Amino acid sequence: MPIVLDVLIVDDSAAIRKILQRVLRQTDIAVGTVYEAGDGVEALETLRKQKVGLVLSDINMPNMDGLEFLTHLRAEPAWQKLPVVMVSTEGTHAKVLEAVERGASGYVRKPFTADQIKEKLVGLI
Amino acid sequence: MTNQTHIVEGLTQLELAEAIRVSTAEVFSTMLGLELSAGEVFVEKEEAVPASGVVSIIGLAGAWVGSGSLSCSARFACKMASHFLQEEYSAVTEDVLDTVAEVTNMVVGNVKTHLENRLGAMGLSTPTVIYGRNFQTRGARNQEWTVVPFSLDGERMCIQICVVPNPDRSERSVRPGFPIPRLLTV
Repeated sequence: MPIVLDVLIVDDSAAIRKILQRVLRQTDIAVGTVYEAGDGVEALETLRKQKVGLVLSDINMPNMDGLEFLTHLRAEPAWQKLPVVMVSTEGTHAKVLEAVERGASGYVRKPFTADQIKEKLVGLI
Repeated sequence: MTNQTHIVEGLTQLELAEAIRVSTAEVFSTMLGLELSAGEVFVEKEEAVPASGVVSIIGLAGAWVGSGSLSCSARFACKMASHFLQEEYSAVTEDVLDTVAEVTNMVVGNVKTHLENRLGAMGLSTPTVIYGRNFQTRGARNQEWTVVPFSLDGERMCIQICVVPNPDRSERSVRPGFPIPRLLTV
């Protein structure tokens, strides 16, 4: 029986959260509950209440951006091995490198195809 | 438009227009499954927006500063959302406005990435979306906008960007706080 994975999607765009949720449901991954957050602050609050097996996060967001969220997340021992994939319009080498240095498990640039998201998750889950 | 008009040494308006065209085509084909026809590029002193419809504006800050915007009719915005979210939209709703904001974010964000390779790091603000009738938007400075019109099934959409070197290139101008374009509502 496949392991059911609960997922947290962090993006200030409800439209992107909806699209990512649809893409996740199209993968071979057994997706359980999908939680949503509009910024890094909401995301940390959600993670304190809910146990998830995967996080997809934007970078440019109000209140707390994706990179700061990543730094806070990795500072918590319980979340150090939680797979976090950044999904962002930020596409420079420097920005990708910064995300990886802060603990991102993967990086997908917007615009993305469903296949690009699926490929990125295959190695992580 | 004079093809080789320099915005500043090292960046021509033609190059900026090409970056807009490539980025817009990529976003629309990848995320919306739509192929747009690009029209002739032009330059405007004031931002060209429709008298009514939807306008989404996003700020750029860093070594260079400026703004990017997407403007279109309500009908075009609904068509974008219908393709983006794979649901039918016949009126401008929160989902439609959110789609326009996100598409603007992706288009201008990708132009920014293209420009950053040559002009240095820039930050992107979160988009502001305006929907209504009889309004105008203007930048705070008298800057030139590079405008690329696109069409789809008889409907028109414009992507326009203005960027100029930051007169204050100190570190504090690169912080994540952005000069939001001044808006005039009439």
